[in-house]
Amino acid sequence: MNIMTEAAVEKALDQKMNTVSHKMVGKDVSVYYGEKRALFDVNLNVRENTVTALIGPSGCGKSTFLRTLNRMNDTIESCRVTGRITLDEDDIYDPSIDVVELRARVGMVFQKPNPFPKSIYENVAYGPKIHGLARTKAEFDQIVETSLQKAGLWNEAKDRLHEPGTGLSGGQQQRLCIARAVAVSPEVILMDEPCSALDPIATAKVEELIHELRANYTIVIVTHSMQQAARVSQRTAMFHLGNLVEENDTDKMFTNPDDQRTQDYIMGRFG
Amino acid sequence: MATHIASVYDEDLKYLTRRISEMGGLAEQMVAESVRALVNSDLALAQKVISDDAILDDAERQIGEKAIITIAKRQPMAADLREIMGSIRIAADLERVGDLGKNNAKRVIAVSSASLPRQLARGLEHLAELALVQLKEVLDVYASRSPEKANSIRERDGEIDAIYTSLFRELLTYMMEDPRNITPCTHLLFCAKNIERIGDHATNIAETIYYMATGAQPVGERPKDDTANTVGAIGT
Repeated sequence: MNIMTEAAVEKALDQKMNTVSHKMVGKDVSVYYGEKRALFDVNLNVRENTVTALIGPSGCGKSTFLRTLNRMNDTIESCRVTGRITLDEDDIYDPSIDVVELRARVGMVFQKPNPFPKSIYENVAYGPKIHGLARTKAEFDQIVETSLQKAGLWNEAKDRLHEPGTGLSGGQQQRLCIARAVAVSPEVILMDEPCSALDPIATAKVEELIHELRANYTIVIVTHSMQQAARVSQRTAMFHLGNLVEENDTDKMFTNPDDQRTQDYIMGRFG
Repeated sequence: MATHIASVYDEDLKYLTRRISEMGGLAEQMVAESVRALVNSDLALAQKVISDDAILDDAERQIGEKAIITIAKRQPMAADLREIMGSIRIAADLERVGDLGKNNAKRVIAVSSASLPRQLARGLEHLAELALVQLKEVLDVYASRSPEKANSIRERDGEIDAIYTSLFRELLTYMMEDPRNITPCTHLLFCAKNIERIGDHATNIAETIYYMATGAQPVGERPKDDTANTVGAIGT
């Protein structure tokens, strides 16, 4: 199936990494919640087939920025976004953009696993169904199996596909949500603290999964765990008080960051 | 730098700094005493140096353990991580300095049985003085964490190397003069080499401090004037 070996993944990535291409580009992005300004002219590019980690203290704007990338903020009445965000050079805030289609291309996994109160099978098949990606039962079966394989859940779930998704353990539920996101063949996957409700073993599995998904997807992850950001990402962006203070290679970011605020934050010091 | 939110973390790091300084002080003392024992044929002092080495070995182990526990508990990042990794490396260098001092002390017995020209002893003393200055300064830099000073120490290692090379030639002439000199002179040659190595360890420490302070490796080759390895080769 689609499970690539470690070496194959690295090789494929190296080839792609030689040419830095930006999947998504944020230019002068500001976000307001009513009168309150939550983001200040953020310029951040998301590289293709790269895991970009967004870090920073609570309320720094990292989740807000993440949510601008698939217009999740549209659901908040008072929220206003200025600046320009592009996906493959198309402005995603352009009035002609179909938001439902955008969110199929830019999927999302949330902090708390939130499977639909339906069977495992239906959880995964739901997206393809509403987007018309499959018609026959065989096609749906194929998508469900492939997606669960990609999310590393197939072996655990294949004999209980018609049991409720909510009956899975927390870690399995989160992988089910990842399978659900993957099922509509997105190009970008946004993850908002995907492991904060999981135990270390389930966390390791999700992290392993992120590592594998990187070959085929562009991933942006918000995390409060410095170690997790250091482990899973290749690029790291540090937010503070609504500003992007530093964006760098992850290896550099966690050994020798340029910005004093990044230093203080990752080392757990008083700024 | 700002203090940690978890104050015990600061205590852990301070512990490492304090123990390194202690190790440095002891290593310095051992080297000085070993050379004094050598020059004055002082067997009792040599014995003291030999037994002091166990203290230094213990200190290195304790620093290593503390570092491991701190890494496991705190998952240090950036400057903190470099600080802890640096402590481990510096402790290892200082432990080696102690070993070299101890090795010199062990040779006191063999050398003291022969009468040595004053001049040779003075040459060795001079070499040791330079190495000790290096060591002392590098420990001061450890306290101040100045990358500029760390770099300037690194650049001075060439001096020690040059004196070592000239001592090497001098010892050779004594051996050629009288074969009875061969045994003590060979011991002295090892002593000189040991002292030269101490200078190298001081330089290592300077480089570690530079890395701890800046996160970058010092640029350029370290200066080398140790040409003893080619003395006697055709054309020299």
